Amino acid sequence: AVVSTQSTGAHGDDKGKLVAIVDVIDQNRALVDGPCSGVGRKDINFKALHLTPFTIPIAHSARSGAVRKAWEKAEVTKKWSESTWAKKLASREKRSQLSDFDRFKLMKAKQARNRIINIEFGKLRNAARKAKK
Amino acid sequence: QRRSRSMEAVVSTQSTGVQVAAKKEETAATKTKQVHGEKNGSTREVPLQKQPRFYPTVDNKKPLNNRRTPKPTKLRSSISPGSVVILLAGVHRGKRVVVLKQLPSGLLLVSGPYKINGVPLRRVDQAYVIATSTKIDLPALPEIGDAIFKRKGKPTKNEKEMFIDNTPEEPKISPEKVALQKEVDALVVPVVKKTPMLQSYLKSRFTLTKGQYPHEMKF
Repeated sequence: AVVSTQSTGAHGDDKGKLVAIVDVIDQNRALVDGPCSGVGRKDINFKALHLTPFTIPIAHSARSGAVRKAWEKAEVTKKWSESTWAKKLASREKRSQLSDFDRFKLMKAKQARNRIINIEFGKLRNAARKAKK
Repeated sequence: QRRSRSMEAVVSTQSTGVQVAAKKEETAATKTKQVHGEKNGSTREVPLQKQPRFYPTVDNKKPLNNRRTPKPTKLRSSISPGSVVILLAGVHRGKRVVVLKQLPSGLLLVSGPYKINGVPLRRVDQAYVIATSTKIDLPALPEIGDAIFKRKGKPTKNEKEMFIDNTPEEPKISPEKVALQKEVDALVVPVVKKTPMLQSYLKSRFTLTKGQYPHEMKF
C-alpha cells in the first residue's frame, strides 16, 4: 500500500518511476505495480525501491485496476510532483542535460544574482559597523 | 609468354582477347620489301615497327587498375556548418569557435570570429574539437579552399649567399587573408549578435572545474 520510487536498481528503464507496493513476496522482494506511471506489475528487490511518505488504501494482492483507482483517487502523481523530493530530482535531471552554452548562461545568472546579494549584504554590514561606532 | 610478332598484337590480344581483331592489326603493321638474290624469294614481310632490342626475361604482371578516389573525411554528425565548437589543442585551446565548413582536405574551416575571440580563419582537425549542440545560421560565405593555407617555402640560397641575409621582410599574415577575414567576420558577427549572450559565450574559454567530468557532461 506504500508508494515508492524505484531507485538505481537493475531495471534501468524504470529508474525513478513511482510504483505502489502491492504485496511482500519474501524478505527481499516485493510485488510492485505502477499503473499510472507506466510500470508493469512485477517483483522487485526492496533495495531497488526508495520509500515515499505517500500511501494508497489497497488490499494486499490487489489487481492493477484497483491499484489504479486508488492511486487516482489519492492523487498520488500530483502530490508527488509537488513534493520537494520530486522537484530536487527534476532539477538534478535538468542540470545534467544542460548544454555548454546553457552552463555558461547559468554561470552568468549566478554571478548576477550573487552580485545583487553581496551589494545588499555590504550595505547591511556597513550600516552595522556604523551603528557599532 | 614470348612476345611474338608486333607488340601491338600481343597487347591487343591480352586486353581484348579477340583473335580476329589482332590479325587485322598484324597485317596492317607489316610491309613488303623487295629482296635481292635469285633463290631468296622476291619479297619479305617486314614489320613496320621493329621489335625492341631489349625485352625483359620475365613477363612482369601488370598491376590491377586502381580507380579508387579517396572520399572526404567523414564529418561527425554533431558538427555542421554554423555549429559552435571547442578547440582542444593549439594556441587557441579552450576557445569556443564557429565552424564555417569542411574543406576538401577533410579539415574543418573555423573562425572565431576573429573580432570576438581572436581566432582567425583556421583549419582544424575534427579530432581536436568538442562539438557543442549550439548552432548558428550561417549566411552564404565566400569560397574558401585549402589553397590560402598553403605555407610558402623558404627561398633556397646558393653557397655565395648563405651568410648574407637577403630575405625581404614579408608581412606575417598575407593581406589577402586579412581581407578575407574581414569579409567573413562582417557576415558572421551580426548573426552571432542576434542570439543573446552568444557573443560573450564565444569570448569566454572552456574550463573544467571541480566535479565536472567530460564523460558525464552534455555539450
